[in-house]
Amino acid sequence: MVFLQTVDLEQRAGAAVLLNRVNLSVEKGEIFAVIGPTGAGKTTLLRLINLLERPSAGDVYFDGEKITGPSCNAIQVRRRMAMVFQKPAVFNSTVYENVAYPLKVRGCHGKTARSRVYDLLDTIGLGGYAKRKAKTLSGGEAQRVALARAVVTQPDLLLLDEPTANLDPGTVKMIEGLVMQFNRERGLTVIMSTHDMQQAQRVAGRVGVLMNGQLVQVGRPGDIFYSPGNARIAGFVGMRNLLKGNIVRNESGIAVMEVNGRDIEAVSDLPAGSAVEIHIRPEDVVLSLLASAGSARNNLRCTIKSLSASGPLCTVIADCGFPLEALVTDRSAVEMGLSPGQEVYASFKAAAVRVLPSMQG
Amino acid sequence: MQELWQALVQAVNLIVSLDPEVIEISLRSLYISAAAILIAAVFCIPIGGLIHFHDFRGKRVAINVIQTFYSLPTVVVGLFVYLFISRSGPLGGLELLFTPAAIIIGQVILIMPVLIGMTIGALSGVDKAIRDTALSSGASATQAMRAILFEAKFAVVGALILGFGRAISEVGAALMLGGNIRGYTRVLTTAISLETQRGDLVLSLALGIILIGIAMVVSVIMNILLQRY
Repeated sequence: MVFLQTVDLEQRAGAAVLLNRVNLSVEKGEIFAVIGPTGAGKTTLLRLINLLERPSAGDVYFDGEKITGPSCNAIQVRRRMAMVFQKPAVFNSTVYENVAYPLKVRGCHGKTARSRVYDLLDTIGLGGYAKRKAKTLSGGEAQRVALARAVVTQPDLLLLDEPTANLDPGTVKMIEGLVMQFNRERGLTVIMSTHDMQQAQRVAGRVGVLMNGQLVQVGRPGDIFYSPGNARIAGFVGMRNLLKGNIVRNESGIAVMEVNGRDIEAVSDLPAGSAVEIHIRPEDVVLSLLASAGSARNNLRCTIKSLSASGPLCTVIADCGFPLEALVTDRSAVEMGLSPGQEVYASFKAAAVRVLPSMQG
Repeated sequence: MQELWQALVQAVNLIVSLDPEVIEISLRSLYISAAAILIAAVFCIPIGGLIHFHDFRGKRVAINVIQTFYSLPTVVVGLFVYLFISRSGPLGGLELLFTPAAIIIGQVILIMPVLIGMTIGALSGVDKAIRDTALSSGASATQAMRAILFEAKFAVVGALILGFGRAISEVGAALMLGGNIRGYTRVLTTAISLETQRGDLVLSLALGIILIGIAMVVSVIMNILLQRY
């Protein structure tokens, strides 16, 4: 069941187009992530849904009702939603009063309201903080208070605008856990924006990619991560080894393309003569000291340019006529004695090469 | 410098001995200026809110005009109010001239621009995120305004203290509208002015010290209240 839908939603500020004909539909009970780089329009989209701004054109439907019309009571609609902002904003009062604020404006004061606030404070791990001034909290604690304040009224829709930007990894994990818990236990529908593809993968059931105000791809996180719709999305989701080339010939679904003077074989239906962009995931590239490495169709001789270790993995940049990034374990890099200037063979399967039609401009 | 020391001693003496006339003048000053600030606050904080929360043509100009009137000379206010309430003025029938009420009217007009302007400034200083958070939490427009005003309370109280200071320390309106009538409209500033003309510099200085003392006590009390709520 479609719970929230935007229809040709547009927002302009002067000549700038912040959102361009966004058609989004979110199902009841799902966690939907809107991902995109900074300035893509994620915040604007969430603010329009929360009726904090009026759209220049288009409409928002919430639970079957058009909420952008002039006859709609914005307060009643907002009282069924809640939003957490990127910069945690707390009122200059106690932690308890902050979390209880949405109840207060609805006129709920009683015993149940109080116990609900205290329960939530326990849930977010700030049980003993009720009487503390909220302004004295750390960024992560303040954001947890903001999350508790958002769900205290048990809303039907929770909007999270980059809720974990600039927070420490521990807090990020905790907030993600809480959001998933609320979603699981109460069937809470969540729309969250993030610029972190991995967060979207961890938390969301479906993802929409917003770029320059346009919703360019919607799908499951895996679909977008492994099959990005175009090179820009590929670059955004962290695809490395983005290369430009031309298909020289195509033999029953195996295309041979020329990239900086080297031939690369890939699975593609595009005809010969097509200009393409390809990318190869660094973890799919196998480095070896000898030429014949298994069944991989692509086997390129190259020179190591640099190595950089991060944790258990080591990123190797090799020159194959074009720079190629490979990810090996740090241990095997040591075992193989990899060092800059060394000649090695990089191999990868034809199926590991993703081919996208070249973008114009 | 001799006078300053004597004045300090005399001020302490006047206060400790509860000199009836000094106490009476001080209380009148306090009462008149407190009334002025309360009346002004009731009008000015909402007016400041209205200007801040609404966008209209000429808003920038309006704020500039208000800020210009921060430096409204007290004697000009005195003259202006005098024109209205003197016997031949449009409000002459109310017989307000040379009463404490006349001084209060003058002081209210004097401090209105400061209170309105500083309320606008205080509200502008509140993070925009507070308004969004309040509205998003389900607050009505009025509830959101109240939340913002609450966030701005330190700056608003600062404006009230400043307004009170301007009211209790002004002499032009008090002299022109009150007339410095002993036991009726004589306040600290008009008494200082009179005693100085009479040549009693020590008494003038002592009254001045009491004036500053009152301002200090008021400011301290306001800040204590602010910390508590």
